[in-house]
Amino acid sequence: MDFFVQLFTNPVGFYNQHELLIAQIGINAILAIAIFVTFYSGQLTLANAGFMAIGAYTTVIMSLYLPTPLPLNMLAGALLAGLVSVVVGLPVLRLRGVFLAIATIGFVEALRLGVILNVPITGEGQGLHNPTADPLGGILPILISLPVLAYLVWRLTKSRLGQAWSAIREDELAASSNGINVPLYKMIAFIISAVLAGYAGALETHINFFVDPTEYGITRTIQILTFAVVGGTTNVFGPIVGAVFLTALPEIVRQFASYRDVVNGVILILVIIFRPQGIVGRGGLAIIRPRWWIRWRARGRTAAAH
Amino acid sequence: MTQQVLNAIFIGSIYALFAVGYTLVFGVLDVLNLAHSAVFMLGAVITYSLVALHGMPFLPAAIIAILVCGLLGLLIEFVALRPLRRRNAPPISALISTIGLALIFVAIVEQATPGTLFGWLWQDGANSVRFPAGTVPNPTYHLAGLTIEGTKLGILITSVVLMLVLGYVIRYTQIGRALRAVAENRRAATLLGINVDRIFASTLFLSSALGGLAGLLFGLAISDIGPYIGRDQVELKGLAVIVLGGMGSIPGAVLGGYLLGLIEVLAFVRFGSNVEAGVAFAALFLVLVLRPQGLFGARLRERL
Repeated sequence: MDFFVQLFTNPVGFYNQHELLIAQIGINAILAIAIFVTFYSGQLTLANAGFMAIGAYTTVIMSLYLPTPLPLNMLAGALLAGLVSVVVGLPVLRLRGVFLAIATIGFVEALRLGVILNVPITGEGQGLHNPTADPLGGILPILISLPVLAYLVWRLTKSRLGQAWSAIREDELAASSNGINVPLYKMIAFIISAVLAGYAGALETHINFFVDPTEYGITRTIQILTFAVVGGTTNVFGPIVGAVFLTALPEIVRQFASYRDVVNGVILILVIIFRPQGIVGRGGLAIIRPRWWIRWRARGRTAAAH
Repeated sequence: MTQQVLNAIFIGSIYALFAVGYTLVFGVLDVLNLAHSAVFMLGAVITYSLVALHGMPFLPAAIIAILVCGLLGLLIEFVALRPLRRRNAPPISALISTIGLALIFVAIVEQATPGTLFGWLWQDGANSVRFPAGTVPNPTYHLAGLTIEGTKLGILITSVVLMLVLGYVIRYTQIGRALRAVAENRRAATLLGINVDRIFASTLFLSSALGGLAGLLFGLAISDIGPYIGRDQVELKGLAVIVLGGMGSIPGAVLGGYLLGLIEVLAFVRFGSNVEAGVAFAALFLVLVLRPQGLFGARLRERL
């Protein structure tokens, strides 16, 4: 409760006390936007933790070995993630549904266990120290990036591109028979998602002193998925709300902080069963609408039709 | 090298046993039960708890643990799967709700220390433990220069026998025929008078009991026991196994399990332990991309 009291009575004090939480919320929100883009085009891809790792490692390795300025390093991280996503996407995006999800998880773990832990430049299992880390200075770029990216993606979903994604999501066959180049548009969604995740990874290393390979595995992947599912994916604000809500939740209910995964699991199940469209999304609850209510609604509709 | 191949067979048995349960649910219900690895972990944890904390002999403890895991399978069915089926939700929803259950199961064990709510089940939080020495007799045999531990031999025999029994049940018994009918065509099975919901519940019970058994055998002979053994050691490897064998195919899962054990051991011998960890996922990725129907061809593609 103190959390909200402070938020409204003393916002400056709140900001100072919770800076890292706010930064983490921002990063998680960007990750949620990243997975939203592929969701919106009807694909359950779980590769974002891997692209995050690429963004994070590229940024830190460039800071360590090259004299280039930090923003350029972060950009390079995001772009490299995008480049890798083309290579990964070409074979993988032919798969659908559960198979696509499994293949992308395979990519994440193969990258982490097969590449990152075996290439000396990444520090292998030890991880890397980030020489340019700046926990407090890193917050501003996050707070600027989030609304900008959210706005851009929102505009994208309203554009022709977004309409093509919607069409593919609703019915891939119908979309392709209407002349939509399905593989191309899926690939575009995958690349945008990867670039966003790579950028989020680069931002995150900026507030941490350390890049740790264990951060970019299956747990992270599932966390990102949770944001999107709980928030809802009908529009870009759903995943953001999900990320803000779930990241702040352990701080709000401190007494349950150690049981945060139990709380997350319960929320996830309740949402997927009772509110499959997520917190943000039209329509009411799914199952607990009693029968008489549905009948009453139906009668109302037929009466209106006459 | 022969010793290594032998180890591959032992670990492969566990993979196979775990993956058979995984693939059974996928074959019959068409959903990926991601809580299966958490049940695997609980199989080991419950057995350990009964033996080490409550002083039970190993065999009854193991049987109780397997039954409890089967009941957890029913919990998965009633909480995470059935409500979604009632609504005709897409299969992806079931993937997500079972992830939710897995999170809960793992967190319960991970947070359990003496004096907490689940202190009676587990007292070591996120740490790993081993079965107390002498829980089961573990004679070591030497044969033609090979060292064979008794428990590992026991694993091999148990899993092979169980998989044969499972194969028999599915092929020749009433419930097995019903299971295959439901896997083949849900609606036609309903029309033939098969109680589809009951078949789903039995599938989950069977699958989770096998998962729990795989977990306790794993904890007994291969690895330490802790809240993360399911998630870290078998969840994704199990996926790799059922993809190698063709999703939904039980003989495929068995062959895939032994194949993965072999691939890992070869990778370890040739390139070291770091590569070994990644090789399952590289295999998973390659098979999905190049041969999504699985390695063993169309004959095994027939479900179950």
